[in-house]
Amino acid sequence: MRNFAYQRAGNVTQAYTLHGNDNSADFIAGGTNLIDMVKLDIMRPERLVDVNLLPLTEIEELDDGRLKIGALVTNTDLAYDERVTTRYPVLSEALLAGASTQLRNVATTAGNVMQRTRCPYFRNPSRPCNKREPGSGCGALDGINRNHAVLGGSDKCIAVHPSDMCVGMQALGATITVEGPDGPREIPFEEYHLLPGDTPEREHDLRDGELITHVTLDAPIEGAKSHYLKLRDRMSFEFALASCAAVVALDGDTIREARIALGGIATKPWRSHEAEAALKGKPATEATFQQAAEAALAGAVPHRDAAFKIPLAKQAIVRALSTVTR
Amino acid sequence: MADKDDKRPDHDDQGKGRARGVEIHDARAPSRRNFLKSVGATSLAAATAPAWARVGYVNHDEQEPQDKRADEGEAPAKGTQRITLNVNGQAHTLDVTPNMVLLDVLRHQLALTGTKKGCDIGQCGACTVHVNGVSINSCLSLAVMHDGDEVTTVEGLGQNGKLHPIQQAFLDHDAYQCGYCTPGQMMSAVAILNDAEVASDDAAVREAMSGNICRCGAYKNILSAIQTARKNV
Repeated sequence: MRNFAYQRAGNVTQAYTLHGNDNSADFIAGGTNLIDMVKLDIMRPERLVDVNLLPLTEIEELDDGRLKIGALVTNTDLAYDERVTTRYPVLSEALLAGASTQLRNVATTAGNVMQRTRCPYFRNPSRPCNKREPGSGCGALDGINRNHAVLGGSDKCIAVHPSDMCVGMQALGATITVEGPDGPREIPFEEYHLLPGDTPEREHDLRDGELITHVTLDAPIEGAKSHYLKLRDRMSFEFALASCAAVVALDGDTIREARIALGGIATKPWRSHEAEAALKGKPATEATFQQAAEAALAGAVPHRDAAFKIPLAKQAIVRALSTVTR
Repeated sequence: MADKDDKRPDHDDQGKGRARGVEIHDARAPSRRNFLKSVGATSLAAATAPAWARVGYVNHDEQEPQDKRADEGEAPAKGTQRITLNVNGQAHTLDVTPNMVLLDVLRHQLALTGTKKGCDIGQCGACTVHVNGVSINSCLSLAVMHDGDEVTTVEGLGQNGKLHPIQQAFLDHDAYQCGYCTPGQMMSAVAILNDAEVASDDAAVREAMSGNICRCGAYKNILSAIQTARKNV
């Protein structure tokens, strides 16, 4: 692994000051994704700013019913927190469906939000990749693309966003708080991750030097039930081929409120407003669920090896909804 | 279960109480580690060994003993930072460069070679150790970030010459074939048995152990060993 300078920040101001507007610097918290990428030589930070001493390790219930999660809360601690398991079980399910025990013990909430794609072309410095090296081309478009996106791609990039946690958060609704030299600001979770478009190297709405301090979940939907279904090549420690976070509230047999988010098939944690519109006010039947699934995948692009993900994702949606409303 | 090599007088590492800079060869007890090191010196092996093996062992033989600098009150060498690691109950003051991961420091600076390097990118679990009581992949963790931490490696499981119950159970259940993943498997197993959040049924144990890969496929016996050890932990 290449060497780098290492600095430790004691508070948020010190962290973004140490980072500066220096694009050769990176923040490090758990490091499970960053060190991996430095070893692969696909990220080459000259300086790491360690943020582990920042006071961002708490989970706090706000007066308005929302849940404020510190950036440094580990995936394990978040998954087993009683406020999460009782009020946001879909987030707990999504977290525990991701990675391994050892990785979850170290990986942080903000680090998971910042997690980068597992596209094998991105992870191999000898291959072209517009995300890693803008303008070099996309190896996946005409290459081996079984694990790639069918939603949200462009002619520059079809890399999948790998997070499970983010799919759960996308369904629940959340706000990301960031802080930098210009002070703190809030970004709706849905707007945080960017579609690749012509600039796949731009992955999120974070300005130079800013860091995530909190993720705040919306208040739970009254009376809603939820489920995270993850389909993958093996039963554990594997990324999703397709996943669905479903949150549904019923009035009798009628769907009053529904949230659908999808993972493993899109270039960002994917919220399907189309599926939600097809569910609201409709009877909670399999026919309705199938219509929602069709709506969610209506714009899907079947790349050569990944075409199977379209029917797979539809089935994931129908099955998740059937489980929730059973 | 400690790496068998550790019981043999073949170390030229900087560990306290060990011969420093002296290669001890004993024809009656050929060691795997010295064998690998001698083979590693040939051009053939240099061409075929993975990059990390070459770098790791070459540095290991050439670097100045950093424990010694700290022992003698010298400032850390240029480009290094001084940390204290409490490993298996013993404090070590070490000088590390920022890019040294915990795994390499344990193996190369402290000669605790029971912890294995498998994939080196967090996918196999062979490097699993406990830091402050929590299991982590030591290959993905910078040593410089562990100043003051309590680390337990497989060498620290047994106490007073007695095997830890998980070690005894792995032995009794033949829970390994080649044995390379075994230290990591056992470290994960101990963490799981101490974790109230992990249910005791087979499915929950399998799920919680999924970060440890066994290419020999000893999973069935590993599960049996863990479920047996549960009664004794």
